[in-house]
Amino acid sequence: MIGQLFVSFFKIGTFTIGGGYAMIPLMEREIVERRRWLNDEAFADQMALAQAMPGVFAVNMATSVGYRMAGWRGAVAAITGAVAVPIVIILLLAMFFSHFKDNVIVEHIFMGIRPAVVALIAATVFNMGRAAYVGWRNVWMPVVALLLVWMLGISPVWVILVAALVGFVWGRLSRKEEGR
Amino acid sequence: MIFVELFLTFLKIGIFTFGGGLGMVALIQDEVVVRRGWMTASEFADIIAVSEMTPGPVGINTATYAGYTAVLHAGYEPWAAVAGSLLASVAVILLPATLMVLVVRFLQRHSDNRDIHNVLAFLRVVVLGVIASAALLLVNENTFGSAGLNRQFCLSILVFISVFLLTVMPRRWNMKVCGHELSLSRPSPIVLIVASGLIGLLAYGL
Repeated sequence: MIGQLFVSFFKIGTFTIGGGYAMIPLMEREIVERRRWLNDEAFADQMALAQAMPGVFAVNMATSVGYRMAGWRGAVAAITGAVAVPIVIILLLAMFFSHFKDNVIVEHIFMGIRPAVVALIAATVFNMGRAAYVGWRNVWMPVVALLLVWMLGISPVWVILVAALVGFVWGRLSRKEEGR
Repeated sequence: MIFVELFLTFLKIGIFTFGGGLGMVALIQDEVVVRRGWMTASEFADIIAVSEMTPGPVGINTATYAGYTAVLHAGYEPWAAVAGSLLASVAVILLPATLMVLVVRFLQRHSDNRDIHNVLAFLRVVVLGVIASAALLLVNENTFGSAGLNRQFCLSILVFISVFLLTVMPRRWNMKVCGHELSLSRPSPIVLIVASGLIGLLAYGL
């Protein structure tokens, strides 16, 4: 089981490019169809949890599936599998890239790429907003967070902590209303 | 000691990352570029580009790369930088993984805790603002060129708008043009980054 967890997440980690949600179909095939570790419903629940918890989505999935299947050893095996190839590739690139950085051609290529990176991040905000059902009613929340971090230079850590607290209190209060 | 500082910084980044890989990229930028000045904004933009193009979760890739660069810039040898990158990767995984195990255990016993669901639902929305701030902090002379009617700035704006529109469009977009069924699918980030690199190469010269 430990070996299977490592191999499955090794595959998932290696073939995820561009990060995030591109890997969901591959995960589903490995975890639900091939290994039958979880059924469709349990997989959807795990996904929601992995997305909502702190940390990187792929690593969170590896942790929860690994732990459910084989305890903490399973979690360690799945995480190691998921990050092994990416870390080695990035390391090789980092060592190689620092030599080529001052090359004029490489600089020209990156002059084209940099605005594209900014656009990718900005577009992802909109796509995630659609998925999280952000509308006129609650759009002020991310806007306030944006202004606090961008204009006032407040650390995102504080914004997240306060938001978590507000979410907790608000949830408790609205439940009291319901109870009445 | 840079290694202790690196470890603690990435522990903190790990536990406060919400909203997946790009949420982590936003926090890494805040710590590594804005607060500690371990690298410049344009160096960091390059690291994001490389992280998006290579296999693996973007957050982990960026942490590995940023750990390497931070130690190298502090004046250490490359082998020490390799150690730094591994340290950053482990640190960034450690706390969220531990927390995940605790929550899975907790939920196995109490299957529907509403406090947890409420907090997570709130964070999913708020974190979008944090990620947007990462994008805005990257809009500067280093990434777009100096503002004005010059070649680099105009081209940067053009690349920005095209990549943005191609990424916010629906995954599959079916439309009718002159009676023909046309089906467009959203290009992957890798395709867009490679294409922008080619544009840069053609526009600014070999």
